[in-house]
Amino acid sequence: MNLLIKNGRVIDPSQGLDEIADVLVEAGLVKEIGKNLKAPAGVETVDAAGKYVVPGLVDMHVHLRDPGLEYKEDIVSGTRAAAAGGFTSLACMPNTKPAIDNKAVVSYIINKATTDGFCNVFPVGCITYGMGGERMAEMGELKEAGCVAVSDDGRPVANAELMRRALEYARGIGILVISHAEDLALVGEGVMNEGFTSTELGLKGIPRVAEDIATARDVMLAEYTNSPLHIAHVSTKGSVRIIREAKARGVKVTCETAPHYFTLTDDAVRGYDTNAKMNPPLREADDVAAVKEGLRDGTIDCIATDHAPHHLDEKDVEFNAALNGIIGLETSLPLSLKLVGDGILTINQLIEKMSCNPSKILGISRGSLRVGGVADVTVIDPAAEWTVETEKLVSKSRNTPFAGWKMKGAAACTIRGGAVVFSR
Amino acid sequence: MAEFKHRNIIALRDLTREDMELLLATAENMREINSRDIKKVPTLRGKTIVNLFYEASTRTRTSFEIAAKRLSADTVNISPSTSSATKGETLADTALNLLAMKPDIIVMRHAVSGAHYHLAQKVTCSVVNAGDGAHEHPSQGLLDLLTIRDRFGRLDGLKVAIVGDITHSRVARSDIQGLTKMGSHIYLAGPPTMMPPAVEKLGNVTVCATMREAIQDADVVIMLRIQQERQGKTLMPNAREYSRYFGLNPENLKLAKPGAMVMHPGPINRGVEMSSYVVNGSQSHVLKQVENGVAVRMAMLYHVCGGELV
Repeated sequence: MNLLIKNGRVIDPSQGLDEIADVLVEAGLVKEIGKNLKAPAGVETVDAAGKYVVPGLVDMHVHLRDPGLEYKEDIVSGTRAAAAGGFTSLACMPNTKPAIDNKAVVSYIINKATTDGFCNVFPVGCITYGMGGERMAEMGELKEAGCVAVSDDGRPVANAELMRRALEYARGIGILVISHAEDLALVGEGVMNEGFTSTELGLKGIPRVAEDIATARDVMLAEYTNSPLHIAHVSTKGSVRIIREAKARGVKVTCETAPHYFTLTDDAVRGYDTNAKMNPPLREADDVAAVKEGLRDGTIDCIATDHAPHHLDEKDVEFNAALNGIIGLETSLPLSLKLVGDGILTINQLIEKMSCNPSKILGISRGSLRVGGVADVTVIDPAAEWTVETEKLVSKSRNTPFAGWKMKGAAACTIRGGAVVFSR
Repeated sequence: MAEFKHRNIIALRDLTREDMELLLATAENMREINSRDIKKVPTLRGKTIVNLFYEASTRTRTSFEIAAKRLSADTVNISPSTSSATKGETLADTALNLLAMKPDIIVMRHAVSGAHYHLAQKVTCSVVNAGDGAHEHPSQGLLDLLTIRDRFGRLDGLKVAIVGDITHSRVARSDIQGLTKMGSHIYLAGPPTMMPPAVEKLGNVTVCATMREAIQDADVVIMLRIQQERQGKTLMPNAREYSRYFGLNPENLKLAKPGAMVMHPGPINRGVEMSSYVVNGSQSHVLKQVENGVAVRMAMLYHVCGGELV
């Protein structure tokens, strides 16, 4: 399909582009960017006046639950939700059933996403077989099959020697290691952040230092092995500080946070709301401030959703019994745009963190509107006002703490490979 | 008399000072029933109360059952070993099935903090908390308030020391909520491994470095049970050392005000939290607490049923 996206504010930090212009898409590629482009015959026009036209958003941390847990989400529903949220690409984490630790599962995901999906899916393989933390997975084969990174996300690689070797081996293969930084001994039976709220609610706390220590360990291992490392879902001021200092020393470390970590505090758990139960847990106000500062000063490279769908039955239980995680694909963009409204990031910086940087870190050819490149484009309406109504969400699951929230900003149109996969 | 506006009693944090005053005043009236030859009034005749105890309990469950029976309610006791929980049924489904049998009140004990709020969202009958995880134990808190008020005639301006495992204690949380709302000042002591973060923000609470500091000139000393099933292996070296630094004995009890009250929610680990000399001594109000427990629970059941006499 050919498209002419007219009169939008075209923002592409990868090219230093920020101007009112038209974008012409032909044969799935960006054909031309310029003012007053004429639509060739038969070309559909998208009116983007008053809107941002940006490289398709990339979410580098999503749980698609397919294969094995399709009752929560599957590749079709997850990618449809992603498109509705403005994402054209996502990286899916390997804690499926079976886990993404072999070529067959990788091929299944890529094939299903290609034939039935609404956005590009880049699988993340396991660091260890079955995420068991015992033996390194076949990273070479995983990469060859199409994995863009390895991670045991959901659990840390507890054995420091194994993590060291994984970093070294992955460097040789040329695949990124994504760390789920958490010291399980310190987590114990904790179910929320340890602090005043956990004291008052009588819930077992997870101390912030459980994340900080694991972040520090993995950063030190990355430094020692001279290997690239990406820290997932940073939530504490300690982790932000450790990563900032490591970057200043030249360690090849990058990191991400998620919208809930700069939007909510552990106060959201009050009322024992299981939709505020996640891992890492929601932290305190000074952590939220540190995460925002980390985003502002560039310590935090990316905003990912950690979209973690769960069935109603897995959340509608006593707090301790509820599974961790919330969905995020459809709320990420407005929550992140608030950073722009609050003066923490410019819109250009936000697009860097939601498109350019994750593409660069994962080594995928996305995150840019360069002429000749794949036409993955998101048209954002920053003024769109809407309310999160859970029954209208596209994801199969409904586990969000943002139900009923009034949002500002939304994807007006999501274009993947030149085809409109979502429009509002 | 003021009106009690709550359908459920889940936490003293949810109650106002006036709510608690009303419950205590009612409990004082109920006490008279307990001293009669025939300890039964028809107040809750025709009402059905389900005691749903997911955690082991002797005194609380018995106390609630006696309270219900003295008000002529019909009671049913359900414990985990006889419930469908062993077959994998969720709390919500258990609650809905019970609700279909039209009970008026579910009295529940549960190991998970906040489980009662979850239950209360599912059922239309009243929910009374008989202890949830490390969150609250409101009937214990109220009976402690009543026992202290019996001794001093007031609750404001008292120095109350609470010693032991504060982190895991639902009794401590209810006592703190109840007593600070009534004007007492709480002094906490215990190993730092058993002291939850920012606990002083709960109200008029001071965290003390030593047990001596907490009980010095105290009007009331509440000793908490060391919950060995919750301790794991990292919170204290052993019971012997705990007893040495955090146990109450006749010697350190002298630091408190003369005639200070000694209380304990029970069951007591004799020789660990308190020496038998203290437990059996003249300052101990442990059995008075148990006695007041029945009256307080009668008051709670009465008020969640709307406070109407049959």
